Amino acid sequence: MKKWIAGAAMALAAMTGSAYAEGHGDYPERPIMLMVSYGAGGATDFQARIVTMTAGNEDALGMPIAIVNRPGAGGRVGWNWFATEADNDGYTLGAYNIPHFIAQSIEGGVSYSTDDFEPIANWGADPAVFVVGADSDFNSMADVVDYAKANPGGLTFSGAGLFVGHHIAALQLEKAAGVELAYIPNNAGGAGAMRAVIAGEVLGGVNNLSDAFRAQAAGNVKILGVFDLERNAFLPDVPTMMEQGYDIDNASVNFRGVMVPKGTPQAVIDHLAAVVPTMFENGRVQSRMEAGGSPMHVMTRDEVLEMWAARQETLEELLAGL
Amino acid sequence: MDFLFYMGDVFTPINFGLLLLGTVGGLILGATPGLSPTMAVALLIPFTFQLEPQQGLILLGAAYTSTVAGGAVSAILLKIPGAPANIATTLDGHTMAAKGEGAKALQLSFLASAVGGLFGVFLLIFLTPVLAQWALAFGPSHLFWLAILGVTVIGTLDSSSVVKGLLSGCIGLWLATIGFDDIMGAQRFIFHPAVSGGINVIPALIGLFAIPQVITMLTKGRTRSGAEVITVKRHPIRLAFVEVIRRKTALTIGTITGSIIGLIPGVGGQIAGLVAYDQSKKFSKESEKFGTGHSEGVIAAESANNAMVGPSLVPLLTLSIPGSPTAAVLLGGLLIHGIFPGPDLFMNYPQVAWTFIDSMLIGQILMCIFGLYIAGLAASVARVPHAVMAAIVLGLAVFGSYSVQNSMGDVYVMASLGLGMYFLERFGFSAAPLVLGLILGPIAEANFIQGSMIANATVGQATYFFTGWLNWFLILIVLASVSYSIWMEIAQRRYTTKDDAVAKEEALS
Repeated sequence: MKKWIAGAAMALAAMTGSAYAEGHGDYPERPIMLMVSYGAGGATDFQARIVTMTAGNEDALGMPIAIVNRPGAGGRVGWNWFATEADNDGYTLGAYNIPHFIAQSIEGGVSYSTDDFEPIANWGADPAVFVVGADSDFNSMADVVDYAKANPGGLTFSGAGLFVGHHIAALQLEKAAGVELAYIPNNAGGAGAMRAVIAGEVLGGVNNLSDAFRAQAAGNVKILGVFDLERNAFLPDVPTMMEQGYDIDNASVNFRGVMVPKGTPQAVIDHLAAVVPTMFENGRVQSRMEAGGSPMHVMTRDEVLEMWAARQETLEELLAGL
Repeated sequence: MDFLFYMGDVFTPINFGLLLLGTVGGLILGATPGLSPTMAVALLIPFTFQLEPQQGLILLGAAYTSTVAGGAVSAILLKIPGAPANIATTLDGHTMAAKGEGAKALQLSFLASAVGGLFGVFLLIFLTPVLAQWALAFGPSHLFWLAILGVTVIGTLDSSSVVKGLLSGCIGLWLATIGFDDIMGAQRFIFHPAVSGGINVIPALIGLFAIPQVITMLTKGRTRSGAEVITVKRHPIRLAFVEVIRRKTALTIGTITGSIIGLIPGVGGQIAGLVAYDQSKKFSKESEKFGTGHSEGVIAAESANNAMVGPSLVPLLTLSIPGSPTAAVLLGGLLIHGIFPGPDLFMNYPQVAWTFIDSMLIGQILMCIFGLYIAGLAASVARVPHAVMAAIVLGLAVFGSYSVQNSMGDVYVMASLGLGMYFLERFGFSAAPLVLGLILGPIAEANFIQGSMIANATVGQATYFFTGWLNWFLILIVLASVSYSIWMEIAQRRYTTKDDAVAKEEALS
């Protein structure tokens, strides 16, 4: 039933979308740029390249999308540029990472917030998971929390940085379990944080489900819990935090999608909002994403707007105590 | 001996064609300033969508190998290191080119690259399980000491005096603090939007090395009428072989240092060349000749930066952790075909994994052959008149800085650092220590902060940073390196002040 409604909504959106697009000349007339605020080779960059590879098809945008990387400071550099300097003519798209940019805008020191961007569509949702080394004594979240209760502030665990999904997950865990933990942000991102876990520099870590899935397959880590509302199709055996008795929702899930700067013509936004989700649902894109171990989660513009607003609220509450 | 079994796959027409394409393309991309190996591999990824996994990896592996070596071309002929790996090559390589020995320098660099590269890939083939443990051994405290070890090299690296070397190193360390801090996200010295992401190493590298060069060329063009042409001595390849074999010490030190440092995730590629250069200078019988166009300098630097290629893939192939940005891009190339690297890679996909490694072996040899051919063409580059050359170098510098992230901000950074460096060079400061500071600053800082955070939560800072054999070993090398520098400084206590300075000044202008 749910699927059917979503399908109908999408069809409706597609119809109105194409009507608007006809009103707006022949957009797009030239190749489009997609700004990714992380370096080449990272998960966001890798996925962005896959989901946009069919953009040039006749049934998609009819023009290719080129990826441009503007990495630095956990994404702040790219998003700052996107909010202040990017052209809002529809030829400059950006990739967003939720909760990263919302958390950073709440923390301050950057020139963007949800008001400066217009979402187009969401392509992926990568939940955070709790990992420990393959030879660790911890076998469940209860073991981890017991250790943390016995050694307040002594449980070291790594994550990709401050004010990113991993950090949010860490804060949620501290709050839900009522313990004090030592979160160690890594300067080399998720890969560096994972290395620290495997090498035994820290006792555990929060990491992306997609990367943890690979590391588990390689026999390097154990995955103890998923920071999401439901179990994940890639890891059907790993329980959620909620199942293990910690009241943690999906606020830390790393949603990735496409947005444009504020001030982009409404007709262009509507055209993109209609076409881009269908582009993400292309069979070739889906199979490549699955092969790469990247969970997909296609959402339309309206759904994303709702999700952004909900995140803004939860994160403001969560970060208020810092 | 699995790798021999799959060797035949490299020579199927399509695979070999891709290997040739990757090698030649990689040399050209590598020789273009600003197109670092990471960029080159990222540019090629979309092409691999259409290829079989095996073919795609052959293309990427060949490109990785030859871009690293190709960087030597612009480093030697134009004094623009294409990537941090080639900084050390400029020190002696460009001086040789200026003396008319450009062809020789290029031949030496490609031969040394091939020797180092082959050694590195053989390490990858035979010692991967051992090396994987080694790659994990370096935690925050060890990386911190390693970065400090790098800092101790700064003083003795290519400057007219230790003090000036240290001063330019400090400028580099300061430049490294600009931008958002890597861990806490604090903003530091952001006085213009162009530097909000920090000073990117590649535009800085291009500016610091190329711009003073351009300005010097232009000033020369004014004072002396007519085009000044450097004569280029022909240099038979046979003699280059003899030279490389004769310089055993430099070749061995370069190859071994490069392979060991290449393993360390996140540090390796950038400093392998410089550390090898410094080490072979200390061990050489003719250490005073380093920096004046000495062949050992080129051999050590280039064998090191290619030796690093093989080992740098160890963490990726065995642990599924990309140890360098380039490895991260290669990981993307694997994932896109549904291949997960890890201990099972060689069991589940032997055809892909071994053919990839074999193609890197053959790629080293092809790279050497094409490189030697390019060396023959070096003469024509040096025959270009100065005024024209300056324009070409300037154009390449702007293009290279812009292409890193399609940003004019990087071009401004490149231009202003270069202009500043021109004046610093007049006072005997040099660019290499400055760049080393810029590279090492963030490594030392981030690992110190991370280490302290772990230490505070567990055993305390003193225990964390000062116990364990690896910490002690690194601290000992740091102390040895410092004492060596002090001893050298006292031993040849600068009877050279005025005359030396004048000579240096004349050499520069």
